Amino acid sequence: VTESNGVPCRGKVLTLDNMNPNVRRVEYAVRGAIVQRAGQIEKELKEGVKKPFTEVIKANIGDAHAMGQKPISFLRQVLALCSYPELLEDNKFPEDAKHRARRILEACGGHSIGAYSASQGIECVRQDVARYIEKRDGGIPSNPDNIYLSTGASDAIVTMLKLLVCGEGRDRTGVMISIPQYPLYSAALADLGAVQISYYLDEDKCWSLDVAELKRAVDAARQHCNPRVLCIINPGNPTGQVQSRQCIEDVIRFAKEEHLFLMADEVYQDNVYAEGCKFHSFKKVLFEMGPAYSSTVEMASFHSTSKCYMGECGFRGGYMEVINMDPEVKAQLTKLVSVRLCPPVPGQALLDLVVNPPQPDEPSYNTFMKERTAVLAALAEKARLTEQIFNEVPGVTCNPVQGAMYTFPRIALPQKAIDKAKEEGQVPDMFYCMRLLEEEGICLVPGSGFGQREGTFHFRMTILPPTEKLKIVLQKISDFHVRFTQEFS
Amino acid sequence: MNVLQEIIPNVKNMKQLQNLVLARRASQIKEELRQSEFSNLCFKFTCSQRVRKPFKEVINVSWGDAHKTGMKPLSFVQQVLAACLYPQLVNSDRLPVGVRQRAQSLLKGCDGGSVGSYTATRGISERVHRVSEFITRRDGGAPSYPENIFISPGSQWNILNVLVNSEASHRTGVLTPVPCYSIALMSIRGLGAVTVPYNLNEEQGWELQVEELHRALESAKGVCNPVALYVINPGNPAGYVQSRKSIQEVIQFVSEKRLFLLADEVYQDCVHGENSEFVSYKRVLAEMGPPLSDTVELASFHSASKGFMGECGLRGGYVELVNLDLAVMKYIYKLFSTDACAPVLGQFALDMMMKPPQPGDPSYPLYSMETQHIRTTLVHNVKRVLEVVNNLPGFCCQPVKGVFAFPRLHLPPKAIQKAKEMGMQPDAFYCMRLLEEAGVIVSPGCDYGQKEGTHHIRFYIMTPEDTMEEVLRRLSSFHTQFMKDFS
Repeated sequence: VTESNGVPCRGKVLTLDNMNPNVRRVEYAVRGAIVQRAGQIEKELKEGVKKPFTEVIKANIGDAHAMGQKPISFLRQVLALCSYPELLEDNKFPEDAKHRARRILEACGGHSIGAYSASQGIECVRQDVARYIEKRDGGIPSNPDNIYLSTGASDAIVTMLKLLVCGEGRDRTGVMISIPQYPLYSAALADLGAVQISYYLDEDKCWSLDVAELKRAVDAARQHCNPRVLCIINPGNPTGQVQSRQCIEDVIRFAKEEHLFLMADEVYQDNVYAEGCKFHSFKKVLFEMGPAYSSTVEMASFHSTSKCYMGECGFRGGYMEVINMDPEVKAQLTKLVSVRLCPPVPGQALLDLVVNPPQPDEPSYNTFMKERTAVLAALAEKARLTEQIFNEVPGVTCNPVQGAMYTFPRIALPQKAIDKAKEEGQVPDMFYCMRLLEEEGICLVPGSGFGQREGTFHFRMTILPPTEKLKIVLQKISDFHVRFTQEFS
Repeated sequence: MNVLQEIIPNVKNMKQLQNLVLARRASQIKEELRQSEFSNLCFKFTCSQRVRKPFKEVINVSWGDAHKTGMKPLSFVQQVLAACLYPQLVNSDRLPVGVRQRAQSLLKGCDGGSVGSYTATRGISERVHRVSEFITRRDGGAPSYPENIFISPGSQWNILNVLVNSEASHRTGVLTPVPCYSIALMSIRGLGAVTVPYNLNEEQGWELQVEELHRALESAKGVCNPVALYVINPGNPAGYVQSRKSIQEVIQFVSEKRLFLLADEVYQDCVHGENSEFVSYKRVLAEMGPPLSDTVELASFHSASKGFMGECGLRGGYVELVNLDLAVMKYIYKLFSTDACAPVLGQFALDMMMKPPQPGDPSYPLYSMETQHIRTTLVHNVKRVLEVVNNLPGFCCQPVKGVFAFPRLHLPPKAIQKAKEMGMQPDAFYCMRLLEEAGVIVSPGCDYGQKEGTHHIRFYIMTPEDTMEEVLRRLSSFHTQFMKDFS
């Protein structure tokens, strides 16, 4: 290879051609091109560039605190005490906070949250997580040895997939994921070179899951891969649907029949808003189906400190519980997690508080419950508002936001817009969202980033901005949609 | 029949660390000690199965973790983090003014003013800039660009992931030192790549000799496709610091052989002693000028887990990528984005490491006193370790310029035989006995790789002085007895 002036130019050592080809297939829309453009625009605004708006509203990512949600006081008090133990002498901190801080510090190396913990996580935290699960699931036993603390739920999800993906060619592991899905899954599958088996959620039936569709997908997949895993997100992301108990039973039955490992992503388990909807943990349902299922179906459930009422994304706290895992495989899992040394200890401490919150007889209880209820009530109201306002816009159809933190409305795009998008080399809903960003300073993620039925278009918006701001955002998007439709009619 | 019967070979090939086996046994012993203490209180004797231990507690010096061994965390760091976690403290005068100012400034960079928000993929922009300023200052002005820096939760997995091409006809190879940080070996193998060992020269203070790099590379022919060279400077487990000349030779080598250079420099702040000064690969590369400075592709790693802060549990570190193909950088960015971001407190810890209190700052006097104490402790411990260990027959320790001692054990043939009978590596056997009989946990050399027929142990020396004295006392007494038992 020579430069233009004739001097020999050595190519790069690491190039597109010789780098890991799997990494080239990784996409993660939640932090993708549109978000980077939003960042650029923010910079321009800071530099004084004139725009038709004064701020960029980042409704692309499920980050509650970024949108103004306040942290829960109790959680932060305990963490501050853990960070600087001399505050334990300070009488401004309540006794129940101090008690928990002391307990956590006692379990840390050198009594410091700055020490490494065991790779699987601090033992007393795992014990508390197990107790929480037992309480949540009506007494069904949970063994702390089956609990693995992680760096957010994402870390545990990727670790499990690393363990599950194997084989070559037609024997390569196939992993069933919903369409639409949270793109961490598709990214991880691409990175690991696993085969993605898509099963479609039914938009017309509130994004519900139909076992017949699971069967169709797995049968087709058996032609070219070895299906071994079924991933399900409940409550759903981006769709927000909360699966019925019947549906969960059907999925478990299906997993058993098809000999699949179940991965149940339950990070939004406290975010349930709609009337008649209830969170049912996969573990609980599994055990209530009796020993034929509860002693055979292999499963991992995931939870996190990033969502629910806490919204503490920046701590990267989470865990998974593994059920019915072969002990030899478990040994390999334990070895695998040791490579990343340990999850962040503040996140582990935070998780401990989430599973061990103030009790009615404790001093912090009232404030804690007040704050928690306020957060969840606000989210429920915003969910309702979003559905209502979007459904008033011609060309926008919005399923009820039953849970989680997002809305995933379907948008009708005029053919001219679709054509224009193609001209510009963009997927139509990306084209739409980019326009919205440039005109209104609102950052959403196009539905193509999550997967959708061919010929349909969506966007994902978070319902996290404060209610008054949300109303404005909903109005702006509605007006934009009408304008856009007119422009391309 | 279980679904998970078939474990991918990559995971199976990751060797189980003896360190973990020791840790499990240590937990059991701790429990036994706790129970026997309780029984003693009740005037009951422990059951005959449990042998009374000649020690009351287990001392763990097998992890590179200063807080765990009892070193006091830096007050400034603890206080700033507390204020960031619970911002009511920023307005009260419970905390010193310098602390409050720093907390305020850190929180400004957080969306919603909360450490609970996600951050940009690379890290909070102001924190990333802080890192690049630190690097530039450290490297005598050689420029460092924020767009080449990723703050991450301490893991090196992402860069390795990009380098390992599992679809190529030959397996990817990475040259690794012997001895080598065990997690790096696991990471490489876990990705399905092959480690290509190059031996550090123990007799020459663990010197990296470039002829050995050539030999290693040659040995890879037909076995794998070597794409990268992994160097650790300052060393782990061996306590060396590379000379400028050695670094230059390595750079010439990777350039000539077209290898990607992975420079693990997390112990750069732990260097002490005469004639040992840390100089970064980046700096040497920059000083060597073009064409090398414009072409050698380098990833340098640093962390807030080591040095004076020792904030291992917060998981804050960074990688600086130099001279990489811009198209490849885009994919690296995407890969990092799937991890969301590094934990915010880890990013803050890194920030405080990159820009600690300066002379004139209100927080400086206390900070300076505490770090000076750590430095003094380290220097004292090193001296004591070398004195004691080098005076024990069967032990020989190279000069220690970092925070680990990696002395060589000359084990008697009878001990080696006994270990074989028990199905253990000889130094793992030694370590197990040391734990059972003296209540001290150190790591065996077999976890890191070592020249055939040689044995070592690794232990951390960043501990309070009296802890180190106790470790050395127990080690001496155990070692003397052990050598006698197996003579």
